[in-house]
Order: sequence, then C-alpha cells, then structure tokens
Amino acid sequence: MTKDEILAKTGLTVGVDNVSFSVAEGETFVIMGLCGSGKSTLVRCLNRLIEPTSGEIFLGGEDLTKMHKDKLRQIRRKDMSMVFQNFALLPNRTVLENAEYGLEIQGIDREERREKAMQSLELVGLAGYENSKPDQLSGGMKQRVGLARALANDPEVLLMDEAFSALDPLIRADMQDELLSLQEKMQKTIIFITHDLDEALKLGDRIMLMNDGKAVQTGTAEEILTEPADDYVQRFVRGVNRGDVLTAGDIMSKPWATVTLGQGPRLALKEMRKYGMELLFVLARDRKLAGAVTLEDVVKTAEKGEKSLESILQKDIAKAQMDTVITDLLPLTVNGTLPLAVIDEDERLRGVVVRGSILEALIPEGGDEDADSSTSA
Amino acid sequence: MLIPALLPRIPIGNWFATLVRWLKDTFEIVFDAIVVFLDWTIDALEWLLNFTEIYFEIPSFWFLSVLLALLAWKMSGRGVAIFTFLGIMLIASMNLWGPAVQTLAVIITATIVALIIGIPLGILAAKFNPVNAVVRPILDFMQTLPAFVYLLPAVIFFGIGVVPAVIATIIFAMPPAVRLTNLGIRQVPVELIEAGEAFGSNWFQLLFKVQLPQAMPTIMAGVNQCIMLSLSMVVIASLIGGGGLGSVVNRGISRLDVGLGFEGGLAVVIIAIILDRLTQGSED
Repeated sequence: MTKDEILAKTGLTVGVDNVSFSVAEGETFVIMGLCGSGKSTLVRCLNRLIEPTSGEIFLGGEDLTKMHKDKLRQIRRKDMSMVFQNFALLPNRTVLENAEYGLEIQGIDREERREKAMQSLELVGLAGYENSKPDQLSGGMKQRVGLARALANDPEVLLMDEAFSALDPLIRADMQDELLSLQEKMQKTIIFITHDLDEALKLGDRIMLMNDGKAVQTGTAEEILTEPADDYVQRFVRGVNRGDVLTAGDIMSKPWATVTLGQGPRLALKEMRKYGMELLFVLARDRKLAGAVTLEDVVKTAEKGEKSLESILQKDIAKAQMDTVITDLLPLTVNGTLPLAVIDEDERLRGVVVRGSILEALIPEGGDEDADSSTSA
Repeated sequence: MLIPALLPRIPIGNWFATLVRWLKDTFEIVFDAIVVFLDWTIDALEWLLNFTEIYFEIPSFWFLSVLLALLAWKMSGRGVAIFTFLGIMLIASMNLWGPAVQTLAVIITATIVALIIGIPLGILAAKFNPVNAVVRPILDFMQTLPAFVYLLPAVIFFGIGVVPAVIATIIFAMPPAVRLTNLGIRQVPVELIEAGEAFGSNWFQLLFKVQLPQAMPTIMAGVNQCIMLSLSMVVIASLIGGGGLGSVVNRGISRLDVGLGFEGGLAVVIIAIILDRLTQGSED
C-alpha cells in the first residue's frame, strides 16, 4: 500500500516508513531531511513520545517498544535525554531549576541534584546564570540550558531534535563547535536531527538522509557527498560547500617521485625529467618531509658538480595535514609552491595535491548536465 | 390547530418535579449534612470577620479596612490600597457593614466550595476528553439556565435560609473556574509537555510541575471570575434568605426606596472592585 492509499483509507499520514538503522556507542548519528520527511517523528518514536505502530527499538539489547510504561519511564529518566528545537524550558523556573528538572523527577534530594545541575551548567558555560529566568537569556543561552538539563541526568543517549535550528547562524556555528568539543570529552551516543546538510556534515560521524518518511541513504559525510544514492540526495548535496567537507586526504594523489637527502642532484634531475616535474620533494630519514628542490636549482647544482642537495633545499614549502579541509588549502595554493605536500602527524609525506584536483573536488558531480534543476532543490 | 393534536404534550415539568421529590426523599441525610456543613462554615467565617469586635471591641470595619488595604498595597499598589480603605469606610458610614460582612461570608464560602469542586473538575476535563465531553454541556446548562429556576429546587432540598443561597451561588459561579482551568491546562505548549514526558515525569509530576504552573495565570482568571459571579448572585440569592446586602437591595425594591436600593447596590460594587483588584493583582 502506498502512502496515498493509506491516507485515503484511514485518514492517517505515514510519518516514518520502514526505517532501520543502528547507532554505535559514542557515535554522533545525524538524521537529516526536509520538513515533513518524518525525522522528528522518528526521533520521538525512539523514546516513544510517539508510539510507533510497528517495529522494534533496541537499547542495549532491550526492546523499548515492548517495554512496560514504568520501565520506559526509568529509561527516559536515566538513559535517554532530549533537547528540543524551541528549548522547551519551563518559564516559571530559574535556569538552575530547569537544569535539575530531570533529577527532581527521579526524586533525588535537593542538594545532590543542585550540585549535579550546577556541574552540567558549568559544562555548557552557564555558570553565574543559574538564578536567571529563561526569558532573560538569549536563544543560544536558552539552548545551553536545554543541553545542561539533558546532560544533568548523565544519559547514555542524547536525542537532539533540531536543537540548533532556532538559533541565528553565528550562534549556531558556536553551538556546533561546542557540541563537538563536549562530545570529545563525554563520548555520548548522540542522535541529532537537522534539516541543514552543512550541520549534518559537520557534526555527524554518520548521516541518514530521509525523504517522505523513508531512509534514502546512510553513510559518512564523504560517502554521501561523493556517492549520492539517488537524484534526491544528489540535489541535496549540490548546495553544499564541499570545500568544508572534503579534506586534503580525500583528494591527494600518491607522490609520484621523491629523493632522499643523501641522493645527489643527478638522480633528482633524472627523476624530474622522467615525470616532467618542476618541483621535487626531498625526504629525510623515516620518510619525513625535509623540503623540496626546484628544477632550476637542481640543474645549476648539477652543472657545478655538487654532490648534495643540501644547499638548494627549500625547507619553507606549502604543507597541509591529511584532515585540512579544501577551503583551507586554497590560500596555500595561491601563494605557495605547487604541488602541495600532504603530511601526517609524524611529518611523513603521504601525498600531493595539485590545483586541478582541488578545483575538480569543488565542482559537484553531474553539475553541468542539468544545472537548471539545482534551483528547484 | 393540527400540530398540538399530532404532537403530544411531553410532561417534562412533571417529570422534573417528581425527580426533585424523589431526590429529596432518597438523599435527605446527604442534604441535611450539606446544610450543617455550610451553615457551620458561614458562621465560622462571620465569626472570623467579626472577632476583633467580639473580643477587643474594635469595630471589624476598622480592622478589616486596614488589613485589606495593606494586602491590596502589597498585591496591587497604593491606589488600590487607598480605594480599599475608603470604600470600606463608605460602606460603614452607610450603616451597611453588618450586611456586608454577611455577604462576604456567603461569597467566600461559595467561592471556596466552587473552587474546591471546579478546579479538580477542570483538571480532569483537560486531561481526559470523555470527562470534558460530559462536563461541557452541564456547564452550559448551569450558566444559561435562569438563576431563578434553580432557586426553587435549592429551597426544596435545603429549606429557606443562607445555605440554599450559597448552593445557588456555587452553581452559578463554578463554571468559569472549570472552564478556565481546563483551558489553561490545554494551552500549555506541546513542547513543554513533551519535555516533561521525555524526562520521565509521571502523571502527577507532569500535572504539578509542568501543567499547573504554566496554567496558573488562566486559572487565577477563573478564580477571579468565580468571585465576581458569586457577587452578582447576591441580590437573587437574597430572595431565598441569602441575607446581607442582597436583602438590603430587595428591601429597597419592595418599598420603592430608591436611596436604600442604591446604597445596597453601591456597597456590592465596592466589595466587587476590592475583591477583583486583590485577586487580579495576585495574577502577576
């Protein structure tokens, strides 16, 4: 039966249609889709704020859908917390009283819950505001209270329903950064709902794209950008600033040829001629990048008959880390030498990036075939 | 005419009279208990309002005018405080303080009972739709049925006196308390309810920690309306022995004494304004 047939027969709209996914412990899993794609319904099914009509939800081996109400309440109190789009703070309570709501519900005594709530307010950077009322705070601060309230319970799973969507762009970016750094410390399992692909790509270890109640594609940011499953995903992805997502490691090619410091100009010249290069990377021991030499200098030293590249070695060359995003590579390619050297944490040369591959990466796939339809996306 | 022949006379009036008689015979003990309870409450209130006079020979209007003025100052500001003091003095100077105390005792009793029944009923109506479906038409009935119509059964059940007057007042004044409590709870934003549930609140926690605090301003408006409607029943209730300022107005009407009627009416208005400002001030 299709969605329309169900609507005609029962008067009910299908919110979430046959979606399955699993989230690993400590993972940030982003569910993304446009309005009406069923993502908010889906997240509410996870803690049964909305009862799913069929299906199973496992949390650590237990099926939430078959659970008795009292047991479910315990899960909501201890294991799963939720952060809401419009903050959902109680306006009659102070920031501290809001943050301790979950603990109060559990019947934890006043002093202990105060202490825990204060800790979690400090964690989100709201120490000193504990006696303010929510309407005295800005949007970003309100959502910090929402986050503090959710964290005060010390849950395993954090459900975030469009948590940053009501914030203006700058505050939003700050909150995203903050969530990332908090997550590095806490290692919670986060299920994050958003309609903003840039946000999804920034936060998500993995992303599930939803359309019309169905899961369209699940994968890492790169997988979604580079291998969109269908036209819908592709249209979505086209608007993304790929430069903020793809990294040097994604687009680099293997270094064709290198010489080590001990090898002489003659060998360097031979290598450069073989591949038609004007710049050659020179490695120290352990394949650590020492620098580069230019064709011009190599020819001169070879003519002089010197045995070492030491004198003409340029140490100050443009280098990028594996995880540098393309946007940050661009300035290097304008001012620095080309190709770019890509190194890992141990300064070993892992690959090179030429300008062509940067430009290629920035153009969306299939971009010029139907450029008109991008406006409808 | 053809129609009366085709359409039989349905004796609703007779049925109702029979029902009232049956109720009176069957539940006599219950009605008597209600009479005893309400009589006692009203007497206690009257004693409370007059205790300075009884024990310290300070006229109660001095004591109450100062007390209420201070209360009004704290809740609504200086203007209302001055009005309260002068208003009570004016009532006393018209020699109407005695009836005014009686009236106060009646409406306070009626309001308290109406709220004790009305607010929980409003909560139930908000939480359970079937309750709402049953309660709503009853409230419509209570509000629109002319008050004189239920004066009669009230007299049959409770006899003549202050108690049937209080009962009639309760019936008339309760609907807004139920309706506004219901409305206030239903108007709490869905997201707040979801937040309450998502953190594992049970039924009572959700009610007392989320819904009632958010609904408070609306519920207080209901309390205010409840008091105002009780006051507006004062004159009608005096027809069956409600006493107080209502019977002053009635005396004025029956003797065609315009001055007396106006003074009684004015005293009711002054009390209404004082109580309104006091309860509205406490809304914020």
